[in-house]
Amino acid sequence: MSAEGGVQYSKIAEIKGPLVVVDDVSNAAFDELVEIETNEGERRLGKVLEVGNGKAIVQVFEGTTGLSISGTNAKFVGKVMEMPVSREVLGRVFDGLGRPKDGLPDPIADQFIDINGEPMNPEQREYPKDFIQTGVSVIDGMITLVRGQKLPIFSGSGMSHNLVAAQIARQASVIGKQDDFAVVFAAIGVQYSEAEYFRRSLEESGALKRSVLFLNTADDPAIERIITPRVALTVAEYLAFELGMHVLVILTDMTNYAEALREISAAREEVPGRKGYPGYLYTDLSTIYERAGKLNGKKGSVTQVPILSMPSDDITHPIPDLTGYITEGQVVLGRDLFRQGVYPPVNILMSLSRLMKDGIGEGSTRADHGEVSNQVYDAYSRAQEVRALAGIVGKAGLTEIDLKYMDVGDAFEKEFLSQATDENRTIEETLGILWKIVSKLPKNEITKIKDKYIDQYYKEQ
Amino acid sequence: MAAQGRIVWVSGPAVRADGMSDAKMYETVTVGNSKLVGEVIRLTGDVAFIQVYESTSGLKPGEPVIGTGNPLSVLLGPGIIGQIYDGIQRPLKELSKASGSYIGRGITTTPVDMTKQYHFIPTVNVGDEVSAGSVIGTVQETDLIEHSIMVPPDHKGGKITNIVSEGDYNLETEMATTEKDGQSVPLKMFHKWPVRKPRPFLKRYDPTVPLLTGQRVIDTFFPIAKGGTGSIPGAFGTGKTVTLHQIAKWADSQVVVYIGCGERGNEMTEVLVEFPELKDPRTGKPLMDRTVLVANTSNMPVAAREASIYTGVTIAEYYRDMGKDVVLVADSTSRWAESLREMSGRLEEMPAEEGYPSYLASRLAEFYERAGRVRASGSPDRDGSVTLVGAVSPSGGDFTEPVTTHTMRFIKTFWALDAKLAYSRHYPSINWMNSYSGYLADIAKWWGENINEDWLSLRSEAYGVLQREDTLKEIVRLLGPEALPDEEKLILEVARMVKIGLLQQNSFDEVDTYCSPEKQYKLLKLLVDFYKRGQQALKEGTELADIRAMPIVGSMLKARMDVKDDEMPKLDQLEVDMQEQFKSIAGVKVQN
Repeated sequence: MSAEGGVQYSKIAEIKGPLVVVDDVSNAAFDELVEIETNEGERRLGKVLEVGNGKAIVQVFEGTTGLSISGTNAKFVGKVMEMPVSREVLGRVFDGLGRPKDGLPDPIADQFIDINGEPMNPEQREYPKDFIQTGVSVIDGMITLVRGQKLPIFSGSGMSHNLVAAQIARQASVIGKQDDFAVVFAAIGVQYSEAEYFRRSLEESGALKRSVLFLNTADDPAIERIITPRVALTVAEYLAFELGMHVLVILTDMTNYAEALREISAAREEVPGRKGYPGYLYTDLSTIYERAGKLNGKKGSVTQVPILSMPSDDITHPIPDLTGYITEGQVVLGRDLFRQGVYPPVNILMSLSRLMKDGIGEGSTRADHGEVSNQVYDAYSRAQEVRALAGIVGKAGLTEIDLKYMDVGDAFEKEFLSQATDENRTIEETLGILWKIVSKLPKNEITKIKDKYIDQYYKEQ
Repeated sequence: MAAQGRIVWVSGPAVRADGMSDAKMYETVTVGNSKLVGEVIRLTGDVAFIQVYESTSGLKPGEPVIGTGNPLSVLLGPGIIGQIYDGIQRPLKELSKASGSYIGRGITTTPVDMTKQYHFIPTVNVGDEVSAGSVIGTVQETDLIEHSIMVPPDHKGGKITNIVSEGDYNLETEMATTEKDGQSVPLKMFHKWPVRKPRPFLKRYDPTVPLLTGQRVIDTFFPIAKGGTGSIPGAFGTGKTVTLHQIAKWADSQVVVYIGCGERGNEMTEVLVEFPELKDPRTGKPLMDRTVLVANTSNMPVAAREASIYTGVTIAEYYRDMGKDVVLVADSTSRWAESLREMSGRLEEMPAEEGYPSYLASRLAEFYERAGRVRASGSPDRDGSVTLVGAVSPSGGDFTEPVTTHTMRFIKTFWALDAKLAYSRHYPSINWMNSYSGYLADIAKWWGENINEDWLSLRSEAYGVLQREDTLKEIVRLLGPEALPDEEKLILEVARMVKIGLLQQNSFDEVDTYCSPEKQYKLLKLLVDFYKRGQQALKEGTELADIRAMPIVGSMLKARMDVKDDEMPKLDQLEVDMQEQFKSIAGVKVQN
């Protein structure tokens, strides 16, 4: 150990994967930020994962490539990792660790905030119930998003999740309210072109000056991805709860995040859970997703739309599985619909918004909304059964009522689900199409809607 | 004397400290300069392995660790009802006063307001003999809860030498003094009890009274008894939490303990917002007046998640000892098991299946054994119960994973949630073929005596229809419905009606959310009668299409939403209408 101007440097004892073991450590704290300096004067950042008995295990965000045992020193900074924030972050582009990437200088910090955040006190949360109109019928009508919700998009490789997320980011609004809003976008190990698509999309809609971008693309260090969602959420929380803005956070792709976590866990030789992911994957993911919400007495909100690609489209894979247990629903994209060219290819039967019930109805959307959407869920699920049956016995073997359900299924996909990427439907239009679909059924098949709404909206065909 | 050591190693929630030779297993300790709460879970030489209940970010080797001499305990006394606690019984409201919107660290609070005055009515006199568990007086805790002040279970008993007269007192007041063998012991309104130790009782009864939840698929098909155990496993999105909320809202117990163990923050907020607004259907008082919440959300420290289950069940046992029926709902026991797994991993124990520790099964067994209907210790005679309902979140929805399989060994009612049903919006998505109840025979007597003696046979008949349908569905899948004879098509039709008209229940519908046992019985009877009359009509040559087209079919399917609990004659009228409509279609046939 050597001291330079009061700062202590320690020697590296071991380098394995993304980890370095630092020797002769006397004053390091758990979770503390570490600066690693190479012979050539290059500096990398890391944090303490484990400390004791004179050793510290440090995770290096930028990776350990090129580090040597003899030429590398570690400096314990004396604080946890913090993100400098101020209103000036709006319109800026940062790298995955929160350093400017747009060639401009560091924003002048108003505050430095611990990127790990702290758990919100459930007693201090405000229950989210403000309906967000995204203009995407299937979301507004069937999987309603509300302010402060965390609603992920479960997708698969090559599907149109980016189009959907960008459309939501462009069109999201709350009926009758002109509030301050902002978009925080975090690219986590995605291709440069995907990140660029988002940037352009925000630019074209004029939303870029109200956006903050954090970019860790596929060619950036993998371990940095552990930090990217956290710095993004730290900025989002600042904008929401200090400046009173309504912030939409898009995190893409959380699968890359989980893989970075697995890499560290493997390097630490931890006992793995399912598919090699660490046993604490659930807890770790929750420290990201649970940072969505609203707080009593604060004006703003943090709404999260994380995107994750399901490996082999498998929804039981640990990443979508554990995500679904934490988030308040999920929007699942279906490969079949995508192949048929349907946009957005949302499989509504597997999708769900847990907060929908409180965000819809009289006073926010319309009193009949819940019941008509329930009926359409029911009818579409019957339609799927009938389609399966028709595949075996042929259309001729179907009863008259079965054929009506098949009709409903087709109409749902063609008229309701399908829309253009720049088509912004009002909730009235969305509900209108739902009733048009329900009206294809005879009245005695409608078991989930009260008579008064049937009298008002049902139009026999 | 209390142990005083120093931290030598930190990794996440796990800390090792040396100089701890005076520490005891499961003793609570304060860790570091910021005085975090921790618990000793292993002792090796003078090194203690400690799980810390708060975030250890910034903790350094060299900082002090100080023992408290006590195991992790909860404070039991008036003021618990209506609270929301974290996993170690710190009131979240008090925490927010200290640290605002987020949960701070190292904050010490008392679980209940020690200065609040309660109106105490003594029930014993000077000279009376009391023993452990005996009631010495009562206070009105909330509108719904009369709280018995009890002699602590570890008290040696004795003669009352002094007791305060009726009046208003706070928790700090000495209410009474007992004397035995020359030793006098003061009694207050509260006492402490270690959470990992079940509270003693006199004897255990067989559970024979149903816990009525107002949920038809539970009460009618897969009932749970007061003092029983039940489990709800299900993949995400199958409605575990909604079902648990429904049980917490409508169960006919006097006290509800709701543990949010590693789940969503907004779900606890929802309970906090909703329960004070909802009225108990039996008393008309706000549901919050009988509810205690223990919240350790998923992003709160993982070690406290393990403690939250024990904190909750100890509070439940305390109210049971007053002679109350308590239902404890834990969402989710899988997250609790995961916290065991995480600590076990850090202890470098040899893992069993999927990395879970080998003692997972015994911990689950110990927890579920704390359920029961019991005669409480001491005088006067009191019978109370703790019913335990635990959610399980199997990874990938796979019921063969360790937490689900081990849980199934220790519970008697199994409500298997089914993703397929949830995808088709059949809620509650309790799969009637995979679920079971071990209490059916025990509680049939109650239904027979209180509702109607043919309840069990009606239930079997309806369940039989569902079973037949399950077999027939295979044939339909291969050959189409037209391949079946009319008698079997009728079974499909009746099964559909049972599913829509009885099994499905809309928890967001004002009327449908709660269903009284009378209404459940009448709906069941209507469906079974429909089936019998339908069979008869087919035999007499009526067309199935005519049966299907009867207007009564639609009315029966909507009756669950249309008929309120106080409108039972409407259901009797449906029974009459059904008879007439069957007659009229038979008439059509004759005329032809």
